[in-house]
Formats: sequence, C-alpha cells, structure tokens
Amino acid sequence: MTTAILYALTGIGLFSLALYSLIVQAHLLRKILAINIMGSGVFLVLIALAKRSDEIPDPVPHAMVITGIVVAVSATALALSMMLKLNTETHHAELPDDQQG
Amino acid sequence: METISLLTWSLDGLLGLSLLWLAWRALTTPDLFKAVVLFIAFGLLITLVWVRLDAPDVALAEAAIGAGLTGALLLSALSRLDSTNSDPAPVNSGEAPVNQKPGRFESIHWWPFLSLVLVSAGLGSVILSMPAAFSGLSPEVNAQLTNSGVENPVTAVLLNFRAYDTLLEMVVLLIALLGVWSLGGGVKHKEPFPGTVLDILTRLLTPVLILVSAYLLWVGAHAPGGAFQAGSVLGAAGVLLMLSGWQLQMNIPVLLIRLILLAGPFAFIAMAAITMMIEGQLLQYPTAHAGLLILLLETLATLSIGATLAALFLGGQTWKNDEESL
Repeated sequence: MTTAILYALTGIGLFSLALYSLIVQAHLLRKILAINIMGSGVFLVLIALAKRSDEIPDPVPHAMVITGIVVAVSATALALSMMLKLNTETHHAELPDDQQG
Repeated sequence: METISLLTWSLDGLLGLSLLWLAWRALTTPDLFKAVVLFIAFGLLITLVWVRLDAPDVALAEAAIGAGLTGALLLSALSRLDSTNSDPAPVNSGEAPVNQKPGRFESIHWWPFLSLVLVSAGLGSVILSMPAAFSGLSPEVNAQLTNSGVENPVTAVLLNFRAYDTLLEMVVLLIALLGVWSLGGGVKHKEPFPGTVLDILTRLLTPVLILVSAYLLWVGAHAPGGAFQAGSVLGAAGVLLMLSGWQLQMNIPVLLIRLILLAGPFAFIAMAAITMMIEGQLLQYPTAHAGLLILLLETLATLSIGATLAALFLGGQTWKNDEESL
C-alpha cells in the first residue's frame, strides 16, 4: 500500500462518515458541515490518485480540486443563507421529522 | 532510509486518522460552536495533507478558503442563528428528551449505516483495484506547457487547457451570490466597535493582505499560486475589514461594486468570444500572447473572486438602502 492509496482510502472514509451524518442529523448547520466534509473526502480521493507516480503529480485533478474548493465555499454560503432565512421564518434550523411532515 | 520511511508512514497514518477523528467529532459533538471550530481545525489539517500529497496550489486555496473563509461564514451564520433562535424549546419537545441520551448502539440508524458500510467497501475495493502507478494526464500537460504561456502546470490547466472550467466557475460564484442576495438574508448583523487592538491590526494587515494577493497572482505563472488563491486572500481582507466595522455601503458606490463583481466572468466571456473569432476555438489563446492574456484574465478574476467572497460573507442584507437610492 502506498501513500496515495492510504489517503484515497481515508477520503472514502471521510465521504461515508459525512454521508451518514448528512442522513441522520436533523440540524441544518450540521448537514452543511457534513456536505463540506463529503466534498473534502472526494477532493482527497482525487488528489491522492493524482500522486500515484513518483514524478510530478498530475496537475489536472489539482486544478479540478481548486475549482471545487471555490465552488464549495460559494455553495456553503448559499446554503447558510437559506438556513438563516428558514430560521427567521420558522425559528427553527432543523428539518421536521417524517412523522410531522 | 528505513527509519525515514517508517517516520513518513506513521506521519501519514496519524494525519489520516486525525482527519477521520476530527470529522467524526465535528459531526457528532452536541455543541454547534465546538463543531464549527473542529471543522476549521479539520480544514487546517487537510491543508497539511495537500502538502504531503505534493499539491501546494491546493494547499494554498484550502488554507485561505477551506479553513479561513468557510470558517468565518459558518461562525457568522451560527451567531446570527443564535440571536434569532432565542426560544430553544423545539416543537417536537415531546420527543426530544427521549433522544437526548440514547445508548451507545441504540443511536445508530442501522439501515443507512449498513448501506454506507457496503458503499465504502465497494469504493475501497475500486481504489485498491486501480493500477498502483499511473501518471494520468501529466505527460500531455508537460508536453504542451511551453505553448501555454505559463510555467506552473496547474495554472496552465486552470487558465489555458481547461479555461472553460474556470469560466463556468466564475459564473457559478456569481449565481451563488445572486442566490444569497435574492434570499434577502436574515437579521441585520451589526458589528460592535472592534476595539483599538483589532482596529489597528486591521489597518496594518489589510495592505499586507493586498500585497500578498498581488504576489500570489503574479507568482502563479511559474510557482504555486494564481487567481483563486489571490482572490481568496483578497476576500479574507474584505471579511477582516467588515468584522472590524468597516461600512461598505458608505464608502464605495454600488455600481462600482457590481462592475468589480462582473469583471471576471465578463472578461472570460469576452475572451472566449474573441478567441473563438480569431483562433476558431473557445479560449484558445494565440501562443505568442498567451502569458499576457492569462495575466489579464487572472487579474480581473482575482478582483471578482475577492469581491464575491467578501459579498458572500456580508450576506443578503446588503445594499438595500442603496438600491432604493439608485
């Protein structure tokens, strides 16, 4: 097992961990955190797999991840302002349970 | 040699485990403030991982955005959430106490848990089945690097070979900002007077941040750096200014702000149209002027990214008064 594989597996771990949280946690801020960590997991897989040879790593995934980081922060800002809007309208920041839905 | 490889192995293992641990704590700790702080720590640690994986460009972007700006956004949203959510009793209060202290295993939702274990196992086996040594597209990139106008392969990919990705990304940033603006934002959040220390620090730091941003922009042509890193440092300078009570709407006309926000995407679209007419290909620069054109595009993109990120932090409650006066 190489460093690249180790970090790629860590990325998959992060992705699954965060996806589980995204499903089970009710608070919206927690869901936004979970989506961000899922994204970091995907980035980690991409960058780790770019470094599978001993030479300079593949620059294309690097460029994609830089783009991804900037898109992630703008999506996070949009999600947060949606959460705040919901919060001012309903005084809640959680999604209702299925039973109530 | 043996001890060095053992050392790097334990370092990598430790970093990976700490990432997983921080992510888990950030997602499960009951206190939201603590969760956000743990998430910022996660961002800083993953920056170290990018450096370990020879991705200094990504590390710079992550340090400025993933750990810096996202953290500031989350903390600011959290503080606004608390101020409006003064009534902590939820509607489903009949249910809440039951869920408060579940047993260690009763709290696991088995279906998502088991299916995600399966998904992870599948993804893991895909990773393990991939060829161990593979150089991807780097031979192609290196072969064309002399034609790209820059020497840093990542900048060459971002601004030349796959410049249309960057074009679309500028549009995504703009759309996100439009979304935030049209939501109108929640409460007006007033920063208290920052105090002398923060005030003086901001005055000292802002010129330095602008200088660092310009340096990152310039150096991106041949070393790690570039428009995104420079733009996020600029955005961080804007956030710092706003945190110390700088009033945007009083100092700068709205039209100028909008022009800066639009400069990046419009420059890209104009460049795409012009190169389409001259070279016949979208964003295919003439080789002799590629470096100059990339620098021009990057400068405008940096300004737009910085302004957009700062405006995203400011949120939806901006410029209402100015719009009425326009």
